[in-house]
Amino acid sequence: MTEEDRAPTALEEPVEAEDVRAPALEMRGITKRYPGVVANDHIDLDVRPGEIHALLGENGAGKTTLMNVLYGLARPDEGEILLDGQVVDLTGPADAIARGISMVHQHFMLVPVLSVAENIVLGAETMRGPLFLDRQEADRRIVELGQRFGFDIDPDAKVGSLSVGWQQRVEILKALYREARILVLDEPTAVLTPQETEEIFAVLRRLAAAGHSIIFISHKLYEVLEIADRITVIRRGRVVAERSPTGTTEEDLATLMVGRDVDLTVDRGTSTPAGPMLVVEGLKATDDRRREAVAGVDLEVRAGEILGIAGVAGNGQDELVEALVGLRRPTAGKVTLDGVDITGHDPRSVYGDGVAYVPADRHRFGIVLSFPLTDNLVLTSYHRPPYARGLLRDDAAIRRTAVERIEAFDVRAPSADVQASTLSGGNQQKVIVAREFARDLKLLVLDQPTRGLDVGSIEFIHRQAVAKRDAGTAILLVSAELDEVLELSDRVAVMFRGQIVGMFDGRTADKYEVGLLMATGGRERAEAATGEAMA
Amino acid sequence: MTGVRRAWAIVALPVISIVLSVLVGSVVIILSQWLVSGTFELGLAVDAYASLISGSIGSFNAIVNTLTVAAPLILGGLSVGLAFKAGLFNIGAQGQFLMGALGAVIVGVTLREAAPPLAIPAALVGGMLFGAFYGFIPGVLKAVSGAHEVVTTIMLNFIAVAIVAGMVSEVLKVPASPQPITLDVVNASLPVILGRNGHIGIIYALLAAVGYHWLLFRTTRGFEIRTTGANPDAARYAGMKPRRIIVWTMSVAGLLAGLAGATELLGVSHLMTASYGTTVGFDSIAVALLGRTSAVGIVISALFFGGMRAGAPAMQVEAGVPADLVGVLQATILFFLVAGPVVQRVFRLRGVKAAIEDTGTFTRTYGGGESVSR
Repeated sequence: MTEEDRAPTALEEPVEAEDVRAPALEMRGITKRYPGVVANDHIDLDVRPGEIHALLGENGAGKTTLMNVLYGLARPDEGEILLDGQVVDLTGPADAIARGISMVHQHFMLVPVLSVAENIVLGAETMRGPLFLDRQEADRRIVELGQRFGFDIDPDAKVGSLSVGWQQRVEILKALYREARILVLDEPTAVLTPQETEEIFAVLRRLAAAGHSIIFISHKLYEVLEIADRITVIRRGRVVAERSPTGTTEEDLATLMVGRDVDLTVDRGTSTPAGPMLVVEGLKATDDRRREAVAGVDLEVRAGEILGIAGVAGNGQDELVEALVGLRRPTAGKVTLDGVDITGHDPRSVYGDGVAYVPADRHRFGIVLSFPLTDNLVLTSYHRPPYARGLLRDDAAIRRTAVERIEAFDVRAPSADVQASTLSGGNQQKVIVAREFARDLKLLVLDQPTRGLDVGSIEFIHRQAVAKRDAGTAILLVSAELDEVLELSDRVAVMFRGQIVGMFDGRTADKYEVGLLMATGGRERAEAATGEAMA
Repeated sequence: MTGVRRAWAIVALPVISIVLSVLVGSVVIILSQWLVSGTFELGLAVDAYASLISGSIGSFNAIVNTLTVAAPLILGGLSVGLAFKAGLFNIGAQGQFLMGALGAVIVGVTLREAAPPLAIPAALVGGMLFGAFYGFIPGVLKAVSGAHEVVTTIMLNFIAVAIVAGMVSEVLKVPASPQPITLDVVNASLPVILGRNGHIGIIYALLAAVGYHWLLFRTTRGFEIRTTGANPDAARYAGMKPRRIIVWTMSVAGLLAGLAGATELLGVSHLMTASYGTTVGFDSIAVALLGRTSAVGIVISALFFGGMRAGAPAMQVEAGVPADLVGVLQATILFFLVAGPVVQRVFRLRGVKAAIEDTGTFTRTYGGGESVSR
C-alpha cells in the first residue's frame, strides 16, 4: 500500500532546515486579461512557509482571478508561478491539489448528508484493494490531523448537523488530508460569530506554526491586522502596497484598497425617533420545510430610528423579514404599519403602503441578472405611472429614471442597457438600493444589505441608510455582520432560534456580550445566573 | 462586442445545427440508397437537396405552398415560444392545435351557410377559445398543485386525440356518410389570397408574430412574463403574481396554438376526420427552439421548416429520396440545438448563446415547479 506509506508527510517535514525566508510560493508578474479588462496586471505575490499572508482588495480588484490562476482554473497570459523555487505549470485544480495547493471556498463545498470522514476523503479515497474504502485508516488520519491542530472532530458526524464553524474546520481538514502546504481561505470569517472567528484564528495560527503557508482573503480590515504576518493590497489588478500589520491602521488599509480616504465609522449622529412605525406582535412563521422559524416575535421600530437585528445566520431572520413584507404568510401574530394592520398582505400592497425591502439574496430576489439595468431599476414599480401607462410600458420614462438613479447612486456601468449580470456585486447592490431608496418610505427593511461588498460600496450604502433614517424612515436592519449592526443601529435586538432574546442600545452595546447572546441565546447567562443564585 | 459578433452569437448555434443536420442527412441518404439498391452514389445527396430547395422556393406555386405550410408553424412556434418566455415548456401545442381545429369546425359547420364575414371570424374565435381553454388546464394545474406542465400537456395531447375522434365519429358525423367525417365548413373557409390554395392564414400568423413581440416587450404583462421566466423568485419579490402569470401565459399559448389549428382546418382541410391530425404541434417546438423564441426567429425558422415540408414531395419525385428525410433533418436539427453545450465545446464557440436565451429557464422547467408554487 504505497498510498498509505506516504501519509501526511508534508506536516512532518522539518521546515526550519532551509532558509526560512525562501518563499513556498511565488507568483511573478502574473497578468491575466479578459476582454475589455486587465484583471491582473503584473502581480507579484510570495508566501513563505509558516506565513499567514493576507490578500486585501475590493470586489473586482482581481483577487479571485489571481486565486483562480493559482488554483489552475485560469491560465495567466504572462508571468510564472514558482513552488519552492521551481517554475510550475498548473493545468487544473487537480494538478494544483497534487502540488499541495488547496482552497477553502467561502461557500462550503460539502455534502450535508455525508459524514465528516466521507466528505473529507471524497475524491481522495484511501482504498483497501481496488474496490473498498479503507474507512478505519481514513478515520484514524482525520482524528490525528484534528488533534494536531487543536480540534477534536467526530469523523462519523453528519456534516449537515454541524455548525457553520465546524463545517469550516471540515473544509480545512479536507485540505490538510490532501497534504496541502499552501492553503487559500476565501473570506473564511464571513459566516462566523466573533467567538467562532477567534477559534478559527487559533487553528490558522497552529497551521502556520506547523509550517503551512496561508493566503487569507478578507474584507474585514481589523481581522487582517489581527491574523496576518504580511498584507498585500491590490487595486484594479495591481499590487498597490505590501504592509506589515505592525504600524498599519485600518484607515491606512482602507485608503490603499479604495484609492482614496475612506470614513470607516459611519457618523450615525443622533437619531430623533418619533412614534412607532412598525409594530410586530407575537409573529410566527414557518420556513420552507414548514418548521417554525419565527417563534413569536415582538418588535417595535419607530420612525427615524434604525433597529438592528443581530443573529447567527439561520435563526429565523430571513423568515421574519419575508413575513413582514408579505413574501411569507405568518402563521400567527399581527403586523401593524403606521397604525394600519398589514398582516398577511401581499408584497405589492405592502410596498404600496410605503415599505421597501432590500433582500438578502440579491441574485435570487433582488435583481434579474439577464435583464438590463433599465428593467432592474424599476422592477418593483414597473406597473405604476410614469413607467406604465395603462397596460403599456413607457420605455422613455423607464430609461429617464434609470439614468437618473445610476447617476445619483453612483452605479458603475457603461450604460443603462447592459445586463445586470455584467456588474460587480457592489454595483448590483447599488442598483437595488437605488431602486428601493428612491421612494418616500415609511419603513425600509434591509436584509444583509452589504454582504460580500467592498469597503467603498458598504460606506456608500451605510450613508444612504442613515440619510433615510434622518428623513424620518423607520429602518429594520438584519445582518449577520455584527459590526455592521453595532455601527449602524440605534437599538440592537438579538435573534436566536426564532425569538428576540435581548435588546441593547446600539451606542453602548458590547460586541462580545452581543456575540455571546447570538451564540447561546442567553442559556449560559441564565445558567450562570442560577449558579450564582445557588452559591 | 461588435454588431457582427453579437449577431453571430445569436445565430451561431442554429446555423451550425442546420449545417450539421444537412451533413447527417447526406449520410442517411447515401447509406439508405446503398442499403436498398446496392449502389453508392455520392451525388444523390446533392440531387436530393437541390430538388428539396426547388420544391420549396423554385416557383410561385412552391413559394405559396411553403407559406401555407409555414402559417400554422409560425403560430405554433409563437405558442411554444411564449411559454418558454415564462419558463414553461409547452409540449401541449399539439393538443391545443387539435382542440383549436375542433372548435373551428364546430362553429364553422354550424355557420356554414352564414355570411363569410360572420362565419370566418366566429370560427376562428371558436378555435382560439378551445385552444386557450386547453392551455388553461395545465396552467391551472401548475399554479395550484405544482403539477409539471410537461407531464400534464403530454397527457392532454393524448386526450385531445381521443376527444377529436369521439366528437367526429359520434356528435359531428355526417349522418349519411359511411366514414366518420364532418360536414364542410363552406362559408367559414378562409379566403385564398395567393395562387390556387394560398389562404390568408399566413397574414394572421405574421400579425400574431408582431403582436407577440409587442406583448412581450411593450406591455407590463410581457414584462411580468419575462421576469417570471427569468427569475420567478424575483417576480414574487417584485410584487408580481407568478401563478396567475403562468395561468395567463399558458392560456394565451393555447390560444395561439388553437389559432394554428383553426387556420389549418378552415384554410386547408375544411372538414375534420376522426383521425384528424398533423405534426404541427410538435414541429412547433423545433420552430421555437430554432428561432430562439424571438418573433423574427420564429417566423424565419417556421418558413425554413415549412419550406422543407413543402419541398419534400418534389424531392421524392425528382430524386427518389423519401419525403420522410425531412423528418430526419428536423429531428437532427433539434438534437444539435438541444445538445448546444456539446456543440459549443466541439466547435470551441465561446460567448455563443444557448438555444434558449437563459439556459436556466430551460432546465428549471424540468424540476423547479416548487420555486413558483411555494
